[in-house]
Amino acid sequence: MNKEIIVIGGGASGLAAAIAAKEEGRDILLIEKESKLGGILNQCIHNGFGLEVFKEEYTGPEYANKYVQKFHESKIDFLLDTTVLHIDKIENGFEIILSSKVTGMKKVTCQSIIMSTGCYERTRGSISIPGDRPYGVITAGSAQRYLNIDGYMIGKKVFILGSGDIGLIMARRMYLEGAEVLGVAELMPYSNGLTRNIVQCLNDYNIPLYLSHTVTEIHGNDDNRLESIVIQEVNQSYQPIPGTEREFSVDTLLLSIGLVPDITLMDNLDVEHDLKTKSVKVNQAYETSVPGLFICGNSLQVHDLVDNVSMESERAGKCASEFVLAKKIESNESIKIKAGNNLLFVTPHYVDFAWASRETVIQFRSTSKIEKALLTVSQGDKELLSKRKSFIVPAEMETFTLDMNQIEKGSDILVNLEVL
Amino acid sequence: MEKNFICILCPRGCRIKVDDEGTITGNFCKRGIGYVQTEMTAPTRVVTSTVRTIYKEIPRISVKTDIPIPKGLIMDVMQKINEAVIDKPMAIGDIIIENILDTGSNIVLTKPCLK
Repeated sequence: MNKEIIVIGGGASGLAAAIAAKEEGRDILLIEKESKLGGILNQCIHNGFGLEVFKEEYTGPEYANKYVQKFHESKIDFLLDTTVLHIDKIENGFEIILSSKVTGMKKVTCQSIIMSTGCYERTRGSISIPGDRPYGVITAGSAQRYLNIDGYMIGKKVFILGSGDIGLIMARRMYLEGAEVLGVAELMPYSNGLTRNIVQCLNDYNIPLYLSHTVTEIHGNDDNRLESIVIQEVNQSYQPIPGTEREFSVDTLLLSIGLVPDITLMDNLDVEHDLKTKSVKVNQAYETSVPGLFICGNSLQVHDLVDNVSMESERAGKCASEFVLAKKIESNESIKIKAGNNLLFVTPHYVDFAWASRETVIQFRSTSKIEKALLTVSQGDKELLSKRKSFIVPAEMETFTLDMNQIEKGSDILVNLEVL
Repeated sequence: MEKNFICILCPRGCRIKVDDEGTITGNFCKRGIGYVQTEMTAPTRVVTSTVRTIYKEIPRISVKTDIPIPKGLIMDVMQKINEAVIDKPMAIGDIIIENILDTGSNIVLTKPCLK
């Protein structure tokens, strides 16, 4: 089988990218490993999705359904229950090896790939919590799936480590299903979740949030089931302070300790990594350093709002289409977009003048909460943008657009955030 | 007794205080006053959960209240939701419980069930 574009992943990102590329008339195949389209949205049954894109508040499954319907109306080819095992760069495109129960192993080729593989959760192993290894310690997203899709009650006495949005959402969800939620511990002195989630998931149900605390002990019983945990306050260098131990008797510890873009399929490809986003570097067309290989959604950078995923992936889908139409877009000259003061990261990482007709949508996260800031974008001595911003927080990704006509070849672009 | 609120209408997240006389302080903009007044007098929330089905392949279907319900009724609404069972194919938006606890809100499917 040969396709113009293969989209890997049928969640919010893949659906939006495929629909956008199909609108341009491309021949597309979307590959999804689960038995259903919609990705992680299917288990995010809470509301608050779609305020940007639809100007309405939807639940995750409702938001997914909007795109799934449009996807089917667009008559795009797709495979469910199918896993991509390997990608090879070949002349004029890519060769993909996929596997499914129905078809077995199969080879397909395409001119362009859109990676929309999402992200995975960090586990206990990534933060090395000492103690026993009992049942009952699971990631918040897995717990969300067991509860909301499979219908299992995961536990009755719950503690949550990490105040990311999934952790907060699960605190409320478990409470509503009758569990006792004893608290949420957060290593940082501030929460990584959206304020509305702190208020409506914790404060509404009097669930305590222990800032600057972490789990330092895990105890299992003789049956190797979780029995209790110990939390401790941490100092400024995040080391536990002796004497602050507090024990909680629990049967479940949920971990909401961060998400990492899933880019394992690109391991053997000549991509350039970004240690900050834990993904790869792209130009303003969401193209990686491998020509024709595009990436978007949470596999490019972990977003806090699905609306931003959809909009970003739509842009990536259009660019992939443009790549196929032009047969190949030769990179002629590119400049870097650099993250300056107070910025954790900036995407995209490059402006490639081969794509010069395009406007550049830049997204960034700050390193800390800033009440009043001045956002400046400059190229050499030339100021491209200067804008006052208020209340910038690391938990909320910021977006702005640069007009490509302003940008010249030569020196790099610097994005800066000054505290006012 | 002094009451504390965090306004959630924008990322600023103002910490707003209301004293015994009802004086509101700490709000950056006027919207904060409206937020606190609603939270103090008649707070409402959209409740989302899942309903059991008789179908093995989809044991649970997600649901929500189609309009916000009084905050004080959340646990009662949850109990009603947990008593419901879906035993026929239903579409997204279909009503599974009408006018739950006389709130004027319906419990509707947020995911299609075999339809």
